Amino acid sequence: MSEDVSCLKAQLEEKEREIAALKNKLSLLEKSQTLVLDLHDKVTPLTPLRAKHALSNEDIMRYSRQLLLPDLGVRGQLNLSKTSVLIVGCGGLGCPLAQYLAAAGIGRLGLLDYDEVELSNLHRQVLHGEENQGQAKALSAANAVRRLNSTVECVPYHLQLSPENALQLIQQYDIVADCSDNVPTRYLVSDACVLSGKPLVSASALRMDGQLTVYNYRGGPCYRCLYPAPPPPETVTNCSDGGVLGVVPGIMGCFQALEVIKIASGQGSSFGQQLLMFDAQDARFRSIKLRPRQAGCAVCGEEPSVTQLVDYEAFCGSAATDKCQRLHLLSRDQRITAQDYKSILDDAGPHLLLDVRPLVEVDICHLPFSLNIPLSSLEERKSEHLQLLRERVGQLKRQMAGGGRPPVYVICKQGNDSQKAVQLLEKMSGSELDHVTVKDISGGLMAWARTVDPTFPQY
Amino acid sequence: MHTCNLGKYQFSIFGYRLIFLFFFNSRASELLFDGVKEHQVTLPGQSDPWDMKQLLVWIQRNLLKERPELFVQGESVRPGILVLINDADWELMGELDYQLQDQDCIVFISTLHGG
Repeated sequence: MSEDVSCLKAQLEEKEREIAALKNKLSLLEKSQTLVLDLHDKVTPLTPLRAKHALSNEDIMRYSRQLLLPDLGVRGQLNLSKTSVLIVGCGGLGCPLAQYLAAAGIGRLGLLDYDEVELSNLHRQVLHGEENQGQAKALSAANAVRRLNSTVECVPYHLQLSPENALQLIQQYDIVADCSDNVPTRYLVSDACVLSGKPLVSASALRMDGQLTVYNYRGGPCYRCLYPAPPPPETVTNCSDGGVLGVVPGIMGCFQALEVIKIASGQGSSFGQQLLMFDAQDARFRSIKLRPRQAGCAVCGEEPSVTQLVDYEAFCGSAATDKCQRLHLLSRDQRITAQDYKSILDDAGPHLLLDVRPLVEVDICHLPFSLNIPLSSLEERKSEHLQLLRERVGQLKRQMAGGGRPPVYVICKQGNDSQKAVQLLEKMSGSELDHVTVKDISGGLMAWARTVDPTFPQY
Repeated sequence: MHTCNLGKYQFSIFGYRLIFLFFFNSRASELLFDGVKEHQVTLPGQSDPWDMKQLLVWIQRNLLKERPELFVQGESVRPGILVLINDADWELMGELDYQLQDQDCIVFISTLHGG
């Protein structure tokens, strides 16, 4: 009799555990289904973040390893849950930043990006997957973040930050992180942070280098204090031209997450008046003491001249994107299309195809019959390269029985450097070089890949 | 006296031990300094101490290959270059008027914008 009772009790307990497990599974599933993320294409007012007064048992378990740190503790964790952070740019910096902030239990994440996911993003923008290609980066990042921590509120914005929407947006957040990829946006974000009194955790990365500073924070400088005038556009290199090793923005984005967490939890940032430089090649960090807030600064100084947001593309003389800008240096008769060049090849007309890209890009892909002399070698008049060019032009002239100027077609990746090279070669023609007829192939090898040979790689 | 612990970048010059470091994007440093990050130079002796203004002129005359506009504008560096003297923003040190001292470490950094 008593055996039957204990057996039944054991069975009952077993069933109760099963029910609890099923209920838990159901609630998780319901939570993920009801929270369909709404992609914002404009800035709208958000409801205030609800303040948490105590940690739930689930919170305690989830954050237990960081709760054990006296630097953070329960108070710091609660502070994190009350903080909203706007991430401007969901790329190489924004992805790891969003990931660690969500994992750590930040209250609300605004995820802003005007762009869509492309295959060439995936080596560094680690929240996006192959299946997200073509999707808005903001949405892709928000979905990834939600899988990681569904208690974090995500607001994806698929829009370009502009002087019209920046203030309304930034005013709704406690901390702003600049993860953008261009100069006008960096000035825009900084000015908007000064005008709304928000700390700006800013990082950047290119090739094998990274930089990080917290602007507009506890008497430290704003971006304009440090850089009152924008750099000349021709001195700025972007990631799609200069390249970047994925882990470099990864490291810098993680650093941003660290500083955001320190500010949000109440510990304070170490980079208010410091610049962190990371040299990935030598694996060296340098920390540099910066100037304080400048009394003469145009936006955060004593008598500011910038009291509202301005036209930052005009101010910087460049567009608020890292996409390659098309140059128009040549007239129409100085340019041919990739298809025109295909016809010249088909007709077997004698000519020289000059590829002016750097060697590292020629190694990626090139047309087999091209001669490679980088634009920089032409600009510097490197003697061995000029000699080579003279020889090839001489050979061509001998091939051309009827005389006339040997035709030289110049190609590069997208058709910008090739135009500069045409201008240069025209100057050299008849003096440093035999007379030649120079034209560039409009749109470069990428146009060749798109319009003539789809098997040619694009990068 | 400040020492920059940079090993291979250290070199001696006329009475001063100075270190120059150029952190530029590769194209600019290729055009400006033949892609070389550090330079071994000898500053000529003069009766007054060298200041940063004179140093920039000297770099322009002796180190720059071409396109000086990628490095200087007027008598200072072009916008977008941060100058450090002994690991501190040169604004804290008097900028162009700073007088160079033995073992000083001068770094030129071009700002990055990518992300």
